[in-house]
Amino acid sequence: MSLLELKHVYKIYGDLHALDDVNLKVEKGEWVSIMGPSGSGKSTMMNIIGCMDKPSKGEVLLDGVDIAKESSKNLTLIRRDKIGLIFQQFHLVNYLSALENVMLAQYYHSVPDKEEAMQALERVGLADRARHLPSQLSGGEQQRVCVARALINYPEIILADEPTGNLDDKNEEIVVDLFHKLHAEGTTLIVVTHDPEVAEVAQRTVVLRHGKLEREVINENFTGTFQH
Amino acid sequence: MKKRKMFYRMVTASLMRRRSRMLIALLAVAIGATILSGLMTIYFDVPRQMGAQFRNYGANMIFTPAQEEFQQADLEQGISLIDPKELVGATPFRYESVRIHEQPLMAAATDMESVGKTSPYWSVDGEWPSVSRQAMVGKTIAENLNLSIGDQMTINYTPEDADEETPDNWIDCKVTAILNTGGSEEEYVYLSMEDMEDLTGVPGVIDLAEISVSATSEKLSSYVETINASVDSVRAELVKRVTASETSVLSKLQALVLLVTIIVLALTMICVATTMTAVVTERRQEIGLRKAIGASDASIMKEFMGESLLLGAIGGILGAIVGFVFAQVVSVNVFGSSISFRPLLAIITIIVSVLITALTCVLPIRSATRVDPALVLKGE
Repeated sequence: MSLLELKHVYKIYGDLHALDDVNLKVEKGEWVSIMGPSGSGKSTMMNIIGCMDKPSKGEVLLDGVDIAKESSKNLTLIRRDKIGLIFQQFHLVNYLSALENVMLAQYYHSVPDKEEAMQALERVGLADRARHLPSQLSGGEQQRVCVARALINYPEIILADEPTGNLDDKNEEIVVDLFHKLHAEGTTLIVVTHDPEVAEVAQRTVVLRHGKLEREVINENFTGTFQH
Repeated sequence: MKKRKMFYRMVTASLMRRRSRMLIALLAVAIGATILSGLMTIYFDVPRQMGAQFRNYGANMIFTPAQEEFQQADLEQGISLIDPKELVGATPFRYESVRIHEQPLMAAATDMESVGKTSPYWSVDGEWPSVSRQAMVGKTIAENLNLSIGDQMTINYTPEDADEETPDNWIDCKVTAILNTGGSEEEYVYLSMEDMEDLTGVPGVIDLAEISVSATSEKLSSYVETINASVDSVRAELVKRVTASETSVLSKLQALVLLVTIIVLALTMICVATTMTAVVTERRQEIGLRKAIGASDASIMKEFMGESLLLGAIGGILGAIVGFVFAQVVSVNVFGSSISFRPLLAIITIIVSVLITALTCVLPIRSATRVDPALVLKGE
């Protein structure tokens, strides 16, 4: 059984088909990129996979559970337990320190564990910035805090929406390296991006256009790192 | 780390690290609490303050003889039934017909010390009589008899039972003061009780006593009943003119303060609600993020409610303190006396502040929990 399976998924707003009969399977431990121009349905797909939206039609099976049929309360629980989210705008709570932002995810998931949160920050190379507020961190550092927050609860899937969209080349590489490590440890990664360079690092790239799955590209030379 | 500790850390961090934003909300709560606490203090203190003010307009209770006259001992027995803290003064009066420069007029013997307390409005030129054979004359008499301060005068008294052969009693007194009241008090000569006894040869008789008591009209009525029941020779009565107007002014003033308090409370609620709505709206993205990483609606409600309760408590404590200072300033400037701190009012102010803040936050927080995380996280 695939970890995630989309079967004939539609998202319809009036006359607009944001997603139009999309079928997709993601296996456990896989690294998949979702690419496409603006308005292709990337964000809609990300919201549905991330349990923040429901399809108009079709099935979305996550670990065998059809999330299309779940209540929004249950979706919150599924999101909390199974998905780690990374955003383009980082979205850190600005009055909490880096460490507290990571612990916030633990707080909603189970119980905050300072040492574990600290280890997560160490993994992203930010142990020495743990007490800093987001405003005292660079964009790259903020995104790394966001990665630490996403991985802290050992989610089934890490779902990243344009994770490098606001980063310079150096920080982009650091974040992709982190993804590489996470993937090597067996984490399933779904990265939504319109940057071909970032997309190509993945094992497989799914290209969306006008809400339809246009094509899938398998990366034969997959290494999980940039091919500069 | 326990969940509760993280909860407290988030709530305090939100208030402490977002100081400039939360300061406005805190100010709204604190100003409301200040005015609430100040007005409540004044509301409860007005009867005491106004009572003291009204005592400037003279006595509010009189003792008259149940038969013909009563004695100093009866007066003392009567006033012993009044709470000493509420008793402002008790002044005996004894009236006799006398002659000065062969002019017939009325002399009033009284206790010069206590008359100043029961009739604070008496305006006196010169020195109050303080030793024997000193007298105060009313302005009308001073004008008619051409008397001025420092003059000596002979007061003649004819005893009631005297026949034509019996010589008049007389004493010589020095005028030390002239009394101005604008009323009938100016038509009397005032002597000490001892001088009157010397003049008449009859000791210890009182025709009337004026009592000034700082108490509510209900309490005054109960004193009157008790005194009439316990002291046979005395008939106590309230000076209706004074007590009725006091009650009427007091109830109007309290109603006014209450009305202002209610209006201020309503304005505070609107102000706090508006501020909290702005604060919550500003944090829609944060709420969206919290929901995205797994926060339930209840948990978001709890966190925001925790913040508003803390805000309400801090604002309430500040308001209770500043409100007391405000009431003290008003009291000193308007009534000329200070007020004592009432811990119960402070506690009520804090509780009301917390409740109002919580109440006004419920709606904006409820609407905030309906935020769609997908939308706000996209910046829409």
